[in-house]
Amino acid sequence: MTLLEIKNITYRVKEKEIFSGLSLAIKSEEVHAILGKNGTGKSTLAYLIMGCESYIPTSGVILFEGKIINDLKIHERAQLGITLAWQEPVRLEGISVRDYLTLKKKEKDPSHYLEMVGLSPELYLTRMMDKSLSGGERKRIELASIVALEPKLAILDEPDSGIDMLSIQDIINVINVLKKNGAAVLLITHREEIGKIADRASQICNGKIICSGDPEMVAQYYKSRKCEVCIAGVCVYV
Amino acid sequence: MSELDELMKVFGEAGGDNSILVREDIAHFAASGNKILSTRATQGLEIKAEETATGIAARIRVLEGTIIKNPVHLCFGILHKKGIQEIRMDIKLETGAAARFIAHCIFPKAEKVRHIMDAVVEIAENAQMTYSEVHYHGPYGGIEVIPKAVVKVGKNGRYLADFSLITGRVGKLGIDYTVKAGENAVIELIARVFGHGDDRISIKEKVMLDGENSKGLIKTRVAIEDRAQAEVTGITEGNAAGARGHVDCMEIIKDNAVAKAIPIVNVTHPLAKVTHEAAIGSVDKRQLETLMAHGLTPEEAVDVIVKGILK
Repeated sequence: MTLLEIKNITYRVKEKEIFSGLSLAIKSEEVHAILGKNGTGKSTLAYLIMGCESYIPTSGVILFEGKIINDLKIHERAQLGITLAWQEPVRLEGISVRDYLTLKKKEKDPSHYLEMVGLSPELYLTRMMDKSLSGGERKRIELASIVALEPKLAILDEPDSGIDMLSIQDIINVINVLKKNGAAVLLITHREEIGKIADRASQICNGKIICSGDPEMVAQYYKSRKCEVCIAGVCVYV
Repeated sequence: MSELDELMKVFGEAGGDNSILVREDIAHFAASGNKILSTRATQGLEIKAEETATGIAARIRVLEGTIIKNPVHLCFGILHKKGIQEIRMDIKLETGAAARFIAHCIFPKAEKVRHIMDAVVEIAENAQMTYSEVHYHGPYGGIEVIPKAVVKVGKNGRYLADFSLITGRVGKLGIDYTVKAGENAVIELIARVFGHGDDRISIKEKVMLDGENSKGLIKTRVAIEDRAQAEVTGITEGNAAGARGHVDCMEIIKDNAVAKAIPIVNVTHPLAKVTHEAAIGSVDKRQLETLMAHGLTPEEAVDVIVKGILK
């Protein structure tokens, strides 16, 4: 069953067209990897799906469980079951890790979510979500918070950036747990070893999905690219 | 109901622990208006107080080498709609002494109330003092609070002060603290205020790092909404070798509120270093969106962020 369907969306910022007729469908419980060079709009796609401020498609529709969500605010989309782990998670002064992991479910014990991302609950639950945490610690806590939300669709924007190679398995574990819990995952990543666990993959280039299907095949297609940084409108690759 | 019972009832309703008056191992001093209601000192602590025409004059001593285990509670307040309370406080921690004071300032019905605190504090060599001041003002905003303190901290001394006014209306607040730090002394001044309606907030805190290797932090967190206004002045002087100071001010504004931050850094010794940061603005968009992506409404998300910075 299709959970998320993006139909022919165009997204323009001033004169620059970021997406021109981009379409993508994600099924329930599917892990779908998005590949693309820097500047192709992978994070922009994440923000459009989440409904971040000023990220509204110029044309086209985004459907979630068959319902158009273009006009819904972030929290309304979150209440439908969509959530997003930002590439660079924010810091929040005066809010403990425990508070953050139980924002909507205060009665829940969040210990096992931390264990899932390789952090000790004894050491971290009382820590503050402020600048005393490193970037890597914040990334792990963000992933733990996404699992705690029990979403239907988790958008993970480069969950591997800022996390050391040895911890890649923790991220893979999180994705597997999300899937086991019935969530679909839209996975934006540069790491092949993480991309490989996806059920399907798509490559974005020049504002469109140019290749979609088996992750191995899409990865091969992606690796054969000739350009280093996407400059969209004048791309000669596609 | 006696005035003390009434004061403690409001104190309890504001989240305080009423057992502090009963327990013999906890020192306290309670006054309503210019009436002394209750006093208890513990070993090594002297409290001498007298009633004046408009308030209280108190002299508190923590004797040499005394470490007071439980916090000393100071309860001040005016329970009526109108009134004045002027507190003159003379506190000294002798060499090697350590104590934590918690001042509870309770003005639940204030419509035309003036509360003035004029404190002189001396912290001798190797002594440590923590002073937390928590205000509860009620919903009317008819109060003027003017806390003034001059604090002198000796060699290796520590002074940590934490002012909090986040429950009820602020009214008019005018904090004016000056702290002089001796050699190796450590100073930390924290203020947290949440203003509403047409509250007026003025916070002026000055740390003079006069001793070698002394350290100072002024941290201010203010949230204001409606038509409230706030002006925060954090002054740090680096006057000796190895002195290190930092001024950190964050103000969140909503609605038609207006905030101003004035960090002043004055360094007179080439081996001293003082830094400052100030941030004023509405709630951070990324923080807001992150919390909304976790299912919180915009109002709930703002509430979590504001409560967080005031925590």
